[in-house]
Amino acid sequence: MTVQVSIVGASGYAGGELLRLLLGHPEVTVAQVTSQRLAGRFVHGAHPNLRGFTRLKFCPVEELEPCDVLFLALPHGRSSAQIARFATLADRIVDLSADFRLRDVAAYEQWYGRPHPAPDWLPRFVYGLPELYREELRGARYVSGVGCNATAVNLVLWPLAQAGLIERAVIEVKVGSSEGGNSPGAASHHPERSGSMRSFAPVGHRHQAEMRQALGAFELHFSATAVEMVRGVLCTAHLFPVRPLTEKELWRLYRAAYAAEPFVRLVKERKGIYRYPEPKILAGTNLCDVGFAVDPHSDRLVVISALDNLMKGAAGTAVQAMNVMLGWEERLGLEFMGLHPV
Amino acid sequence: MTTLTCVECEGEVEAAADVMVAEILECPDCGAELEIVSLDPVTIELAPEVEEDWGE
Repeated sequence: MTVQVSIVGASGYAGGELLRLLLGHPEVTVAQVTSQRLAGRFVHGAHPNLRGFTRLKFCPVEELEPCDVLFLALPHGRSSAQIARFATLADRIVDLSADFRLRDVAAYEQWYGRPHPAPDWLPRFVYGLPELYREELRGARYVSGVGCNATAVNLVLWPLAQAGLIERAVIEVKVGSSEGGNSPGAASHHPERSGSMRSFAPVGHRHQAEMRQALGAFELHFSATAVEMVRGVLCTAHLFPVRPLTEKELWRLYRAAYAAEPFVRLVKERKGIYRYPEPKILAGTNLCDVGFAVDPHSDRLVVISALDNLMKGAAGTAVQAMNVMLGWEERLGLEFMGLHPV
Repeated sequence: MTTLTCVECEGEVEAAADVMVAEILECPDCGAELEIVSLDPVTIELAPEVEEDWGE
């Protein structure tokens, strides 16, 4: 007897990635997938990689039936507006949007520029990053998704932040175009987008709220640049620690944090092409690679991470969180090792 | 089999029982090349390596 899951908003990139993972998950059956725009159409029309793997059709959200786990992959602001209804349909909900990621309603209003539609629901959700909140996720009923950029930052900074070693962090992420979703616009028009390196958020990116929530209080600056890539996030963080740190100390810190984690790898090689984390080889995987280097000429420490924004940065972590919620082995449905060359 | 500690990253490096002086081992964690410099006890040092020309 498998667990019945449904996806609300399955026509987008994150929803499609989630559907791909859930169709291959050994313990679940995908019951329904919704899209208002594509209701009545086969899902492989929106997600051609799924052709031949399922005959599912999109249905309108009004036709949703009760299930065991309901995934919400709606644009930001839509899940919270309907959360009370969704909660009548499933005992467990995983919401990939930003609606329930923040615990502090004032922080939501500050970063999202409007009042939260369902503030009473915020304390009921657990932030869905198993590496940081595994115990809270076990048995949880309501789980939020994670921000892709926030996850790249949180995973690489967390061992140092937890040890109180960061005084100041200046962080830059380079991201792929799929972070922008599948709604076309002038900014994604091929002649404008192709070949560009666009500083789309030099300041003020909303994911900073998730970073501050997870990492605590230290001076944190964040910028995001879109580069010529479809999937992927490369995070380069310049850290100024409270005291000088050696590379051996950093190896110990990162090993202590992540040696037992199924989806976080330490990547710091002395030679070769892939000496530090590289998002290209992580496409389609639920991995986050982390690495570091100590600047011998200053007090600067550079930490680096890479992930697939649609996987570890969204759908993959959502499935991992479901596995934790239901007491399953965390790797279930997430064992793809990536491609090389790609 | 002997387990050694990488002098670069403190990772675990396995050496065969019949390892010889001057043999080169590779750390599975950081990729450092480690040279066996003595056998009793088995001791390793960072092997000299040619730097790659990155970005020039």
